Amino acid sequence: MNIKRLYHQFASPPYFYRISGLWLPYIMGLFVLLFAAGLYGGLVTAPTDYEQGEAYRIIFVHVPAAWMSLFIYMVMAISGAIGLIWRMKLAEIVSISSAPIGASFTFLALATGSIWGKPMWNTWWVWDARLTSELLLLFLYLGVMALYNAIEDKRTAARAVAILALVGVVNIPVIHYSVEWWNTLHQGPTVTKFDKPSIHLSMLIPLLIMAVAFKLYYIGSLFMRVRTEIIVREQKSKWVKDLAEES
Amino acid sequence: MFNAWLQILKRDLLIAFRRRSEIIHPLIFFVMVISLFPLAIGDDKVLLQKIAPAIIWVTALLATMLSLDNLFRSDFEDGSLEQMNLLKIPLSLIVTAKITAHWLITGLPLILITPLLAVLLYMTADTTTMLLLTLLLGTPTLSLIGAVGIALTVALRQGGVILSLLILPLYIPVLIFATLALQNTAQGFSAEAQLAMMLAILVLAITLAPFAIAAALKVSLN
Repeated sequence: MNIKRLYHQFASPPYFYRISGLWLPYIMGLFVLLFAAGLYGGLVTAPTDYEQGEAYRIIFVHVPAAWMSLFIYMVMAISGAIGLIWRMKLAEIVSISSAPIGASFTFLALATGSIWGKPMWNTWWVWDARLTSELLLLFLYLGVMALYNAIEDKRTAARAVAILALVGVVNIPVIHYSVEWWNTLHQGPTVTKFDKPSIHLSMLIPLLIMAVAFKLYYIGSLFMRVRTEIIVREQKSKWVKDLAEES
Repeated sequence: MFNAWLQILKRDLLIAFRRRSEIIHPLIFFVMVISLFPLAIGDDKVLLQKIAPAIIWVTALLATMLSLDNLFRSDFEDGSLEQMNLLKIPLSLIVTAKITAHWLITGLPLILITPLLAVLLYMTADTTTMLLLTLLLGTPTLSLIGAVGIALTVALRQGGVILSLLILPLYIPVLIFATLALQNTAQGFSAEAQLAMMLAILVLAITLAPFAIAAALKVSLN
């Protein structure tokens, strides 16, 4: 089977609807397994931190959520660009369905960060570089969602949103570095230094398991949103009517 | 091509001078909001002097955003934007002419009136000069970024609130660098690095924003 044919098959909403329905239980099942394993590893087996005590354990939710917040924005922008360039309906739907999930992860990262900040920095909020850029990312998500909701015609809305998301992508590094320059209190990254990570293996493994679990959750919830959106958009087409009659 | 660019610039300037209130209203807004701060804070010379750059910059941000509202609206409503889209010269180039005209009639007066406001807020001569420099480098960037938002929302009936949601986060780097430069100047340090960054952002905006604006306008025209 050649790649071009595979691409066209996946771009077809009925095909995607069928395949994603088959995959969804496995994705969500694997998510539950990994989530449970990651939580057990993080909350029970990982040792207590010598500096931060037990409070550091929120890292197992906070860091994966922060990773997801940026990752989903990239997915949103790239699929938006695909939708914009090749007029691929499915990419438009993926792009716009990612926005609320990404906003939720961003909010989760901010909320857990705030809860973590209280025992560590003795304050709920500081105008620190990383916190501020995360907050701005949340604003970017909210702007995308507001624009999508404001435009009546959903295909036009998806294209407008894709342009906005792309402008945002160009701006994210600028915003990030400007804010970094502005103020820094947040602890440096502990995981990305792969040659010599400053995090112990017994903490790193549950963290990575949680990160994979979060990715799976994103894929699962994205599939559900995309399936709903496909049904809504294609409600007049024959295959959806057939589907409704079957059940 | 340059001739056509000049023609559009001239046309927009002419229209603006026939409707002078549209030039003056954002200016009045700018002056009024700034004079609200001393009234709310009290006549505290030290405090006002310290926060004056922040007040002027935030208000300039809001005034620019408000003034942008009419950048494409009337052309969109009477259909001339559609005609411009059909011209042989690319829409991204036409858009730069319109934004230049718009900056000349809203951004420039804003900068010209700023020294007066700086006196009202007890700013020193050094920081006032730096304020003018940052505004000179910053407001064109604000116009370019704001134009993307305007192009996306021009077809909407209630675009105003959504516009602020879209573009205020994108305005933040400009705000940060401008106020950092002013803080440095107030403390007697050099602000060259911040000015260089602002210039870099302006160059980036001039290079990329017109394409985004043209693409957004084409979506809105659809």
